[in-house]
Amino acid sequence: MSINHPSAPFVGAIEKSPKVSLIGTLAMLIEAPGDFDLVQQGRIWALADALSSWPNVQEAVIGVTNVMLAFEQPPDDLGGLSASIIELWHRLPGRQADGKLIEIPVVYGGEQGFDLPAVAARAGLSEREVIRIHSDGEYTVCAVASSPGFGYLHGLDPRIFMPRKSVPSLNMSAGSVTIGGMQTGVAVLTSPNGWNAIGWASVAMFDPERTQPSLMLPGDRVRFRIDRIEL
Amino acid sequence: MIEILTSNAFNTIQDQGRNGARRLGVSTSGAMDPVALEAGNALLGNDRDAAGIEIQTFPFRLRFEADTTFALTGADHDATLAGTTVPSWWCRRAKAGDILSISAPRRGTRVYVTFAGGIDVPRVLGSRSTHLRAGFGGMEGRALQAGDVVPVGETRCEAAGRFDFGVEPPDVAIAGRGPSKDRVLRVRLMRAGEYDLFSEAMQAAFWSTTWKISARSDRGGYRLTGGRLTLDAPVEMRSHGVVAGVVQVPPAGEPIIQMSDANTAGGYPKMAAVIQADLWRLGQAAPGSFIAFSEVSYQEAVAAMAPVNGYLAKLRATADLYRAL
Repeated sequence: MSINHPSAPFVGAIEKSPKVSLIGTLAMLIEAPGDFDLVQQGRIWALADALSSWPNVQEAVIGVTNVMLAFEQPPDDLGGLSASIIELWHRLPGRQADGKLIEIPVVYGGEQGFDLPAVAARAGLSEREVIRIHSDGEYTVCAVASSPGFGYLHGLDPRIFMPRKSVPSLNMSAGSVTIGGMQTGVAVLTSPNGWNAIGWASVAMFDPERTQPSLMLPGDRVRFRIDRIEL
Repeated sequence: MIEILTSNAFNTIQDQGRNGARRLGVSTSGAMDPVALEAGNALLGNDRDAAGIEIQTFPFRLRFEADTTFALTGADHDATLAGTTVPSWWCRRAKAGDILSISAPRRGTRVYVTFAGGIDVPRVLGSRSTHLRAGFGGMEGRALQAGDVVPVGETRCEAAGRFDFGVEPPDVAIAGRGPSKDRVLRVRLMRAGEYDLFSEAMQAAFWSTTWKISARSDRGGYRLTGGRLTLDAPVEMRSHGVVAGVVQVPPAGEPIIQMSDANTAGGYPKMAAVIQADLWRLGQAAPGSFIAFSEVSYQEAVAAMAPVNGYLAKLRATADLYRAL
């Protein structure tokens, strides 16, 4: 159920407004208009930061160019709430990727990086070239979702894009450094996983007992450093 | 303390769920039938978010290591305490050494055992619910197994209190929404974000189909069979937060309803969402059973919680009175 007004409520607004929809009575999804880019993502971070402290908002869950609000109680005035959020979206400056820089040492290839040959073959590159390209990149944490502490990283070099597997690998280890489509990431749980493993990192991505449980947070930057290469 | 004597797979410690950490990728977990768990706690005078045991595989047996008051709620089942029958939706006081045995339900799928004082495992990220995938919360982040010794907290209204009474279960007490004669569970939903992308024929099929909950269904989600909902043009969705109850439609067309252990994020078109007032009923639906959907507005969905909240408030007030008699 979209609760956007059919006509834009803000006369003179050049930009399209976000799409606002409900998921039941206790969640509202706000999706930025237009294509994915880091500018829109930065605006989502800023919006999520602001909305987190609004009354009745249990939390603001950042996605890829969207944010979902979880409510304590069903909001009384949906129309007013939606309009206030849209108004805030239009005037709020975006946030830069100004979080901390996380350096992750990676053992590339070897037993845990069992998909490296396939990634290299698809890219038409040597395995060493894939490793160099992957470790040269600087990545931005767009969102943390799916598994505890799993960062959606933007910034993968298109030369090493690799589609997800149609049949997931059954027991991919936590710490596996992976490529899934145009994203890269570090698996946080040992579980079935459709992404392609190119290496392994022994970094504690998530610890529920830490003051800040998740190593990666939206707006952080990530670099993968070659710890060792096993070919 | 209680000791688990018999427990098969997937019986876990749960409370009302772990809120506030979705933004870190942490599923809420929590009881599949939150009304039954809350009712159990209310019978005992516990806080509403006290933790209990969610039993979904049977038989289940435990031994009390001290005199303890407990309640049984959820699916309609047979149980005995030291060989004597204990009805469903009932609380009673066990003596140290007594064994509680719970057999497979006649109707519904999940039984809740709650204890005066609540299960006292440490809170992780604010909750005692077991997060099986990530391996934290509950009993060391895993399902219960024979030999586990589970701590029970101190209770405020023990000793002198009177215990040996029961209440009407909510599917009976909340009029008009009981199980229908054709054994199809009717649940109410609100449209969600991508509803309008489906053709009128697909929308109509969504509401008119009697869906079967497939065997590949669990606390994570229910996969439905019985029809296919396809889009005329595929839509590219970006990953976004989801909550329990959301009905997503993957490209193959068979809907999936996300439940308590659902992933925090999804990227399939969302047809609708089961309303909060009916989510607990769905939490008792068994794989292989049938469900049908009806549409409600936001206002109707909000109003539908009043009978549920009223039921729980009345139950708590009655139980408080009865214990004080």
